[in-house]
Amino acid sequence: MNGYDVIVIGGGVVGTAVLRSLSAYRAKVLLLEKSSDVACGSSRANSGIVHAGYDAETGTKKAYFNVKGAAMYRALTEELDVPYKKVGSLVAARKDGLPALQALCDRGIANGVDVRIIGREEILALEPNIADDIEYALYAPEAGIVSPYQLTIAQADHAVVNGAEVRLEEKVIAIDREQDGFVVRTQKGEYHTRYVVNAAGAGGAEVNALVGEEAYTETHAAGDYFILDRKESGVVRTVVFPLPDERGKGILVAPTADGNVILGPTSRKVPHEEAEENAVTAAGLQYVREGVARLMKNVNVRSAIRVYAGTRTAIGSDFIIEESKKVAGFYMLLGICSPGLTSAPAIGEYVAEEIAGKLSLEKKYAIRPLPASFRFREATPQEIALKAQEDPAFGRIVCRCEKVTEGEIVRAVHSPVPARTVDAVKRRVRAGMGRCQGGFCQPRVMEILSRELGIPMTSVRKGDAGSEIAPYEVKDGYEIL
Amino acid sequence: MDTTCIMCPMGCALTITEENGVVTVTGNTCPRGEKYGVLEYTDPKRMVTTLVRVKGGGVLSVKTSAPIRKALVPSALQAAAGVLLDHSVRAGDVVLADVAGSGENYIATADLVYTEKK
Amino acid sequence: MKYFDVVIIGGGPAGMAAAIGAREQGASVAILERDVRLGGILNQCIHNGFGLHYFGEELTGPEYAERFRQKVLADSGIDVYLEAMVLSLTENKIVTAVSPADGLIEISAGSVVLAMGCRERSAGAIGLIGTRPAGIYTAGMAQRLSNVDGYLVGKEVVILGSGDIGLIMARRMTSEGAKVKLVMEIMPFSSGLKRNIVQCLQDYDIPLRYSTTVTRVTGKERLTGVYIAPVDEKRNPILEQEEYIPCDTLLLSVGLIPENDLIAGSAIEMSPVTSGAVVDEYRQTSVPGIFSAGNVLHVHDLVDNVSEEAYVAGRAAAKYAAGAIEDAPIVAVRAGAGVRYALPQRIHRGEGTVRLYFRVDKVYRGMTVTARSEGVLLKKKKTMVLAPGEMQYIEIDKSLVTGDISVALEE
Repeated sequence: MNGYDVIVIGGGVVGTAVLRSLSAYRAKVLLLEKSSDVACGSSRANSGIVHAGYDAETGTKKAYFNVKGAAMYRALTEELDVPYKKVGSLVAARKDGLPALQALCDRGIANGVDVRIIGREEILALEPNIADDIEYALYAPEAGIVSPYQLTIAQADHAVVNGAEVRLEEKVIAIDREQDGFVVRTQKGEYHTRYVVNAAGAGGAEVNALVGEEAYTETHAAGDYFILDRKESGVVRTVVFPLPDERGKGILVAPTADGNVILGPTSRKVPHEEAEENAVTAAGLQYVREGVARLMKNVNVRSAIRVYAGTRTAIGSDFIIEESKKVAGFYMLLGICSPGLTSAPAIGEYVAEEIAGKLSLEKKYAIRPLPASFRFREATPQEIALKAQEDPAFGRIVCRCEKVTEGEIVRAVHSPVPARTVDAVKRRVRAGMGRCQGGFCQPRVMEILSRELGIPMTSVRKGDAGSEIAPYEVKDGYEIL
Repeated sequence: MDTTCIMCPMGCALTITEENGVVTVTGNTCPRGEKYGVLEYTDPKRMVTTLVRVKGGGVLSVKTSAPIRKALVPSALQAAAGVLLDHSVRAGDVVLADVAGSGENYIATADLVYTEKK
Repeated sequence: MKYFDVVIIGGGPAGMAAAIGAREQGASVAILERDVRLGGILNQCIHNGFGLHYFGEELTGPEYAERFRQKVLADSGIDVYLEAMVLSLTENKIVTAVSPADGLIEISAGSVVLAMGCRERSAGAIGLIGTRPAGIYTAGMAQRLSNVDGYLVGKEVVILGSGDIGLIMARRMTSEGAKVKLVMEIMPFSSGLKRNIVQCLQDYDIPLRYSTTVTRVTGKERLTGVYIAPVDEKRNPILEQEEYIPCDTLLLSVGLIPENDLIAGSAIEMSPVTSGAVVDEYRQTSVPGIFSAGNVLHVHDLVDNVSEEAYVAGRAAAKYAAGAIEDAPIVAVRAGAGVRYALPQRIHRGEGTVRLYFRVDKVYRGMTVTARSEGVLLKKKKTMVLAPGEMQYIEIDKSLVTGDISVALEE
């Protein structure tokens, strides 16, 4: 009989943050993720912004965890070797936007954020391409950009290195109470645990229903994005926002932590059935183009290398971060939309502490670090020469656009949370994220997956089950007599 | 029969009719087109370039040694599907003789080094 | 650091022909090729139609490549580095590459020939609307998986783009057991060869629709279908006429882009029309000693032209490395009425003939192509039909050139 102290349901940035924080305690912890990889839900496709914290209403959980989380990012991303840059942010306003900007500034100060209003001259020094009619901006130097899926993966890897378990492609289908805890059932197994953490994102209400907790009314909002070619990276240096409205923070223009430019998102309500579809729309992209043009000049949208959509789930106007009053031992982390990414590390720490207290878990003396990773594109010629000599797989470049070697791909396949699909490899090492979008490397990544996983090429998948990329052999359909 | 002439970039739309054993081509702008139309109607031929599978995995590209009658192409493709190569070949070697009774062979268009896989 | 007179980046048809051209001048040559063998894209083009002009025979891609490969491998004066990815090229011609066999490679070159070929436009680059399932590929990706690896990407196929790659793949997929339901083309005409329209589509009863595009795709893990619609004169979809086509595979044949990433941000002058370098008749770029040929310079239709062009570049690169200097005055070659671009974009005055290659900007019938220098007619050529998908040339006598040249279409 397996017995866990805590099962976390959902492998997004919040679930993996909780898992990682828990792995610092002497506890048996397990994360169940229904998709083929972590970071497949909202954590996969969002703006990647570490917000400074002026936007959230004072006194809310959003404000509290945003500010706390933002302060953790530098140390966290250094420890986990995740791309992060503290670039600062600007909320850009025209002349008539000054009162609203002032209100935002006051709120920021009340939330404990370093913010101030600056005039056009200072704005131009930061962003020479700002639109001509922008007169004022709220400048928050503490804002930053991060890769949301790389952070999620690194958190999960770190947790596993420290004894936590992660099971992929296991969707929770039942949660029953038993003495001292729960039995959590997936299509593959049955797990006994004292505590359950619901971090299931868009599936949060469903998981609540499994345990008899209230099924909150969720709103799902899809957002469309453009990712621009790296060569456009000079057009923007900070995260540039418009004034927020009732739909959210608005369409932004920002650099990404990996050197591209991101434009978006829109905020379109989608029904629950479509919450995980992530279909990008033409109208949405047009909306993004218009929003960008109002903020910045010289943004060359035509050099987009990718368009996509992500979805975020909200419940009411604040986060739900609490133990269920109905079902003792069932901890809910729901409606973690923006500033969810920023808040995640702080939420993880907080929840782990809460649960550790309730379960009387002991903190470990020492945490194992994540093993250092060699990234070809960041290495010096001497480092490359040495590494390639040591292992020729690091001398074989597979993704030419992003300079990713076979050695890195092989390591990704065998990492603590293993990459078993083309997209999982892509999220870890960026193979396929460049200009040619996998044109050169995809067949080669498939060959490596086939070899390392011992599966036929026809079984190699892009993502979840049913996404086999080349599912047939040639001549399929001919009767071979 | 209606078709497009492929002799030059003009791509004239040809109509070919037959009456009392006489084949007439209309729509062409030059004599080459007329010749092409007559041939396409009376005895259309095609080169077939395809793959054959290699035992243990992999494929080898092949082509017919000369154009074959168009009507035989589906059988020729079926014939390619029936081949499972289990020895090394050099480009130009015959991989399958008398494809679909056409009198032409499938010949390899690249070298194959065959290795026995366990 | 090793030195070679001529270093060639890319071992496809352009790279191999350049190597042969350079060797005939006695230069020491190195080819850096990123794949496991020479041949480039030809290795996966198993259809025929190659070499009619160059060899006087119709060959398949692999056979054409082998003709050059044999010559290159037999020549001990050509060092071939395989699985070698070039990382940087400096202005003083230091080439840095990496390969599993040799680790970090640093080579000093007397001259360099850029022969990196081109890549395909991706779904992201055309802003494909809808979900992101498996089942969407560029035509070249499907071609590689089929013809090199032996796998079929899907069974119910729709193809966007009627250029030759799209047409060829329609036939390939059908031959290997798939059903190709439709080929769509956003323009009112195809850029592909008439022969391919007949022998890839008509032969197999595959419908072709012009002025039509894909408006969005559906499916979560795997493609389940595409919405298509006719487009107006501005090529915008007429959504009221959208229709749904169930399918599990969408192949995109929507454009080729010269692969000039390596020289981005360098001093080499680029043409925004071709997306390749600006060159003279020897295919030398604006940086002396750096040459460019093949699809990386401008996207070709016939590999025969690639070989000829690259041969010229290789020979000139060897002469440069040997110290030869061409200092005759330069004139510009410009694209006139009806011409989208002309290449080379500049030539030296002097003796001999030179071919000015060009593409027209739409289909023209019965026009005359002219090359004029300061109004003086250098050459004229009557044509029956000119299409953007077919590269043309007009040959002129350099001794008649007095000033800048304009290549144009006249009635």
